[in-house]
Amino acid sequence: MNNSTNRPQKPWEKFARWVNGDSTPEDSVLRRDEFPDGRKRVAQPEKMIDGTAVGRIRRFRKFYLAASVVICCLFIALMLYTVSEMPPYGAVDVPTNNEVAEKYIMDGVTETGATNIVAGMILDYRAFDTLGESTVLFIAIMSVVLLLRKDKEYVNDEEDLRILEEQRIQEQKPNVALKTVAFIMIPFIFLFGIYVILNGHISPGGGFSGGAILGAGLILYANSFGFTKLRKFFNFKVFTAFTSGPLLVYAGLKTYSFFTGANHLYSIIGPGTPGMILSAGIILPLNICVGMIVACTMFGFYALFSKGEI
Amino acid sequence: MGNFIMNHYYEITAVILFGIGFISLLLHSNLIKKIVGLNIMDTAIYLFLASRGFIHGRVAPLLIGTTVPEDGVYINPIPAGLVLTGIVVSVSVTAFSLALTQRLYKKYHTLNLDEILLLAKKEVSK
Repeated sequence: MNNSTNRPQKPWEKFARWVNGDSTPEDSVLRRDEFPDGRKRVAQPEKMIDGTAVGRIRRFRKFYLAASVVICCLFIALMLYTVSEMPPYGAVDVPTNNEVAEKYIMDGVTETGATNIVAGMILDYRAFDTLGESTVLFIAIMSVVLLLRKDKEYVNDEEDLRILEEQRIQEQKPNVALKTVAFIMIPFIFLFGIYVILNGHISPGGGFSGGAILGAGLILYANSFGFTKLRKFFNFKVFTAFTSGPLLVYAGLKTYSFFTGANHLYSIIGPGTPGMILSAGIILPLNICVGMIVACTMFGFYALFSKGEI
Repeated sequence: MGNFIMNHYYEITAVILFGIGFISLLLHSNLIKKIVGLNIMDTAIYLFLASRGFIHGRVAPLLIGTTVPEDGVYINPIPAGLVLTGIVVSVSVTAFSLALTQRLYKKYHTLNLDEILLLAKKEVSK
């Protein structure tokens, strides 16, 4: 082995040695501080910024740019090719319009009692999926609370003090136009949100869209009348109760279905008369639960991102 | 080629939107712009799913004034449910990543990912 390292090697010999396991390409090819003829590697000091070589960063940036453009173009080409193999847009006899969709449309009303077939689908046949969605929202708002909520007794950061000062100035401003418009608008916004939630099973809408409207109303209230006024009826305790409570109610209402493998045991609350407000079994309470979670989550995101507290 | 574009214009738009979002996710070093790119990618997916569920000459799966569904009148309801799931997950992921970005900004006072990495490296080597 010593003999072979002393004389210059042909590339295929190196490769054969590497294949045989006598050496690794790193120690024999790329890194050699002392050469066989006595020369020593002269270290080329690279320009450093904050402990990192500039040349390396620049080379990496160039490679990264080229690689990302190439990967993106390849990806688009691949997806366009896939799209070209698909059946045309709007065709009837395509594999996606199979017996599942037909079952939901034809039997949905008699089995769930909801004339909005999508609501019947997501809150009855696929209620487990919707429970997962609500849980995702709950986990998201809880992680945002963990990351951004400020400690009230520990306010000596410059930025915290600046935000508090801004809030104080904001709440002292008269803001007549905003307050008047909000005073007229907010009851209608809340009414519309509640209407959308309660009619989720007989008209377009449902818990998610109605909850988003309610959340927008809360945000408008907080912006026009100030967080201090809002906190009189919507503080952190109410917020926690309104996010975790409906989730538990939802799980409790639907658990029997999950435990029986979605076999739909006989339920006391039947489908009722389709098209009436009090119909469609437990879809209405489930919609209310989802609406409460979504409204609290939307407002919670806004409050935490802008003020760092609810 | 013309036939391909005419038959698939919604899907092609979705693919191009996805590409725009993907390239801005990769090329921008500003974290907020990366998150915006991610959101554009999500929107492309919704457009694709919604266009797959559409059928020419049919209406939304909603019974108005009747309780007996007719065959061959309504579009596919499944993509609507899938898009709903997608929107919820997208909102959650966006909020979580924005919260992390806000924390990073408070610590390093920059949104540039390269600068943040350099500063973090410096902090570790200290």
